[in-house]
Amino acid sequence: MSLHQFLLEPITCHAWNRDRTQIAISPNNHEVHIYQKSGNQWVKSHELKEHNGHITGIDWAPKSDRIVTCGADRNAYVWSLKDGVWKPTLVILRINRAATFVKWSPLENKFAVGSGARLISVCYFESDNDWWVSKHIKKPIRSTVLSLDWHPNNVLLAAGSCDFKCRVFSAYIKEVEEKPGPTPWGSKMPFGAVLAEFGGAGGGGWVHSVSFSSSGNRLAWVSHDSTVTVVDGTKGSTPSQLKTEFLPLLSVLFISENSVVAAGHDCCPMLFRCDDGGSLTFVSKLDLPKASITRNISAMERFRNMDKRATTEDRNTALETLHQNSITQVSIYEGDQRDCRKFCTTGIDGAMTIWDFKSLEASIQGLRIM
Amino acid sequence: MAKNTLSSRFRKLDIDEFDENKFVDDHDEAVDNQGPDATEIDNLIRIGDTMTAFQLALRNPPLNTKNPAIKERALAIVLRVLTSFKSSDIEPAVKSLDRSGVDLLMKYIYRGFEKPSDNSSAILLQWHEKAFAVGGLGSIVRVLTARKTV
Repeated sequence: MSLHQFLLEPITCHAWNRDRTQIAISPNNHEVHIYQKSGNQWVKSHELKEHNGHITGIDWAPKSDRIVTCGADRNAYVWSLKDGVWKPTLVILRINRAATFVKWSPLENKFAVGSGARLISVCYFESDNDWWVSKHIKKPIRSTVLSLDWHPNNVLLAAGSCDFKCRVFSAYIKEVEEKPGPTPWGSKMPFGAVLAEFGGAGGGGWVHSVSFSSSGNRLAWVSHDSTVTVVDGTKGSTPSQLKTEFLPLLSVLFISENSVVAAGHDCCPMLFRCDDGGSLTFVSKLDLPKASITRNISAMERFRNMDKRATTEDRNTALETLHQNSITQVSIYEGDQRDCRKFCTTGIDGAMTIWDFKSLEASIQGLRIM
Repeated sequence: MAKNTLSSRFRKLDIDEFDENKFVDDHDEAVDNQGPDATEIDNLIRIGDTMTAFQLALRNPPLNTKNPAIKERALAIVLRVLTSFKSSDIEPAVKSLDRSGVDLLMKYIYRGFEKPSDNSSAILLQWHEKAFAVGGLGSIVRVLTARKTV
């Protein structure tokens, strides 16, 4: 597990390029900083300054090498690298509230932006006019959209929002793609159709993050009432919910067809397993602190503590986990969603940590990723 | 200008009621639990079978109803059961509950905290400690985020 502390500012969001040599992060301000890996260090190589408000989402398309960013200024920009400089193209989203989340589709011909305007803006490039056009999905979203994830078929889009529901929409744009075949979520998919809706019913909390599995048959989401839920589209539509005893989780990711990693306000990534019957169980926390070595405090240190902190004990105020504040995003570092070998977390403490399943399986007793 | 600023009648308007984008929760009033049965539970407490009284008290929680009287009644019954427990009996009682039971117990405990009486706080704090040991911070978060309150 390697932790890299970028700066002291929180990392609002991050995105990796295809070969993981560069990372784009936003240090809780209007800019995106791109860091290039050089040996064991990260060196800042570019600063993308165009937004007028805090950046809320970044996504880096691996194949076409374009970056899309969205911000609280209600805008989104698509950045392309030309002659070593990242050039922005404004995308008119037609929203009257901040954008909250952005994600490229698997084929990278469209991207979806969630916003506080209670709608999702699906944008595609119209080559005749040489600009990005946006289409809105409004009904039946009743509050801010917090998170989005694309289905591997490039058409279906899962959205988690503050109206306590997780929904699967169709984002089929006839100008850029063929009609999709039937899926376990449905067969008729006109643009904006709701294929499935989960949650609400008087319980639940804001849905912070959603994730499709690599096959697209399973959908997982985490919500503010400290629960993780998984639903299997091929096995009917009853979701399997696990009420955890942790603080709410903020980000969730499928790392194999049966395993889910989630992290949040407990500053620690957790592993959950979803078996073939579709039921969800908690496996383990992935950040187990090593046994703390009790140091013998010297007399000098004791008096210094008495003077500074009015205490004679050696009280360490740091958290036992690697991250010192909530983790806001989990992403795949090595592998893909079918078989992930390493994943990356960033959080409010401004640190980025890369977790390796091989060393996790070795250090945590009985841990096996399936 | 002077005349209008004297009037504070406008301050009694709740501007959020007129917001057209206001979020209205879809409340299914369908299943309306009436809360636990007072007489049966009283009998069980009198004969000293607090465990069964406890199991019964947590059945049929009035979560869906908007009627405060039903909720007050159910709360009073549950609190009577909780305060009649001996400290040593609390832990096995909590262990006998499943995850949703622990969440429901936590909801009642926090409702009990709202109006402390002479001897309720001490015993409720002991209940809270045992329920927290099983339910963790998640059960407390679910009390805070629940829209169907007990």
